Amino acid sequence: MEKGRTRVDLFEYQARDLFAKHGVPVLAGEVIDTPEAAREATERLGGKSVVKAQVKVGGRGKAGGVKLAATPDEAVARATDILGMDIKGHTVHKVMIAETAPEILEEYYVSYLLDRTNRTFLAMASVAGGMDIEEVAATTPEKLAKVPVNANEGVTIEKAREIVAQAKFPAEVAEQVAEVMVTLWKTFVAEDALLVEVNPLAKVASGDVIALDGKVSLDENADFRQPEHEALEDKAAANPLEAAAKAKGLNYVKLEGQVGIIGNGAGLVMSTLDVVAYAGENHGGVKPANFLDIGGGASAEVMANGLEIILGDPDVKSVFVNVFGGITACDEVAKGIVQALELLKSKGEDVSKPLVVRLDGNNAELGRKILSDANHPLVQRVDTMDGAADKAAELAAAK
Amino acid sequence: MAIFLTKDSKVIVQGMTGATGMKHTKLMLADGTNIVGGVNPRKAGTSVDFGDKSVPVFGSVAEAMKETGADVTVVFVPPAFAKAAVVEAIDAEIPLAVVITEGIAVHDSAAFWAYAGSKGNKTRIIGPNCPGLITPGQSNAGIIPGDITKPGRIGLVSKSGTLTYQMMYELRDIGFSSAVGIGGDPVIGTTHIDALAAFEADPETELIVMIGEIGGDAEERAADFIKANVTKPVVGYVAGFTAPEGKTMGHAGAIVSGSSGTAQAKKEALEAAGVKVGKTPSETARLARAALGA
Repeated sequence: MEKGRTRVDLFEYQARDLFAKHGVPVLAGEVIDTPEAAREATERLGGKSVVKAQVKVGGRGKAGGVKLAATPDEAVARATDILGMDIKGHTVHKVMIAETAPEILEEYYVSYLLDRTNRTFLAMASVAGGMDIEEVAATTPEKLAKVPVNANEGVTIEKAREIVAQAKFPAEVAEQVAEVMVTLWKTFVAEDALLVEVNPLAKVASGDVIALDGKVSLDENADFRQPEHEALEDKAAANPLEAAAKAKGLNYVKLEGQVGIIGNGAGLVMSTLDVVAYAGENHGGVKPANFLDIGGGASAEVMANGLEIILGDPDVKSVFVNVFGGITACDEVAKGIVQALELLKSKGEDVSKPLVVRLDGNNAELGRKILSDANHPLVQRVDTMDGAADKAAELAAAK
Repeated sequence: MAIFLTKDSKVIVQGMTGATGMKHTKLMLADGTNIVGGVNPRKAGTSVDFGDKSVPVFGSVAEAMKETGADVTVVFVPPAFAKAAVVEAIDAEIPLAVVITEGIAVHDSAAFWAYAGSKGNKTRIIGPNCPGLITPGQSNAGIIPGDITKPGRIGLVSKSGTLTYQMMYELRDIGFSSAVGIGGDPVIGTTHIDALAAFEADPETELIVMIGEIGGDAEERAADFIKANVTKPVVGYVAGFTAPEGKTMGHAGAIVSGSSGTAQAKKEALEAAGVKVGKTPSETARLARAALGA
């Protein structure tokens, strides 16, 4: 079974494209990654544009990442300023050259998302858009309408009108906003999204309602029926170790500590991170270096792939292998560890970091015996989770 | 006694003829589970031999129920077909559907959950993305290893599979009435609260161990429920204290966003409800022993 699939947050320009595809009104725009390309893109828009940094973080306007350009030359200058800029730790690699918005009269907010608590989808809408919606929810909750949407009934125009009425949209835009709620729902369902959000949804001088900025998060579990989604993933931004792990089908998250972690099962690995962090408090504050769940099978090959990723992390000083033998017996896991070390050595990998192994559960005695008999100079056996975490932290601190 | 699953449960397996389904059907049979059939429309009328036990394959859940009186289905169907399999189980009104399948799209799980509601919730759903449930010595519906522990007086409910196994192992000498893995997905059927209510009502359960993890607010709501409705001692554990914000930790639901869903907030809510919460699995096991005087 596949492991560790998750959500993919899109850039604004990708969200814009998906909105356009499903009929949500948006302004023209295209994404570029060199200053010079800003000229032609701006010419195509009639000579003026908005240059918008593409980063997956809020507050880019305040950080200087959104600038008006009155001429194609100015667009090149603004793109030169913005490309490469750092916004809250995110480097700008792409900018969107967007059509300039007509005069904005009002800014609204609309979204669909999963309401985990009630196990249903939820429409959210507010006439107080253009700002951080969490702030609206916290300070003026009466201005944010939350309307449950049944996954099987969806959002018809009647349902959309109900949402719009609850959010108290002005009469002159109510029907237009309701139509946006219908097309936005189409986007949400057709793209298997976990979140579609328009903020601001602007009423402009012409009286039209237009999505000026938005967020979309996609569900990777739906990739089997969404063949176009893989191309939307921002592979360049992933940590190189995370990218390598993903290519091997491993569920790995890079963290900032020194103790490499391998375990089976997401819950147990999460728990292992905690136990190592607690143990680290007694060993100079060392912390877990990663999350890596090799799943239930824990074959020699999967173990080797996991070890290869972790030993390739220069931050790692020691490794903690924490396996509970469930369906897979511990003797199989122990053989896997021994074979994995041999496999890596034969591939010319540098295998020089100490490993602390804790095996418990099904056939634990046999597994421990296999490790003892192999007598690998780098492998230490500790038979409790807390004890093994302490040993791994101690070894990391000593390096 | 036990919750949701007993020796009298008649179990069918949707996806029995696939590799995972075959492997775990064999293991479930070895644990004493009364498996009365498999479901695969393309192999209806055939049967599969597991040692000296021959298990018939039916074309649908409804047909399997009619022929065998089955009241539990375990779903091993791959993610792309899981929604249809669960909807079929709901239509057949089977009392319990245990959905093991991992990686189901949220729009699919939200759809079958809404569908179950529209049909009056006649089918209890456990999962998806869960290890299932076991009543040691009686029946095993899912992938929890059957030989970790024995029948006993602890009830266990957990979002995580391997932490379920770890906790059963730590307390294996005391034993368990039932252990239920409810799954770590954003949309699940049976919740901590459902299992807590069932364990509270089960005369053989003396203590409840509840395992949670980061993400969502299920543990906080369970804490409120415990305060108001649970008289038996509850010991808790929450995984993910050191998980950074914005990173998904394995389970699609295990993500800390903003200030909500942190392990610390869950621990505090549980402690405020009188639940003793361990910092590690082994400390949690010690707390459970102390509460039982064992």
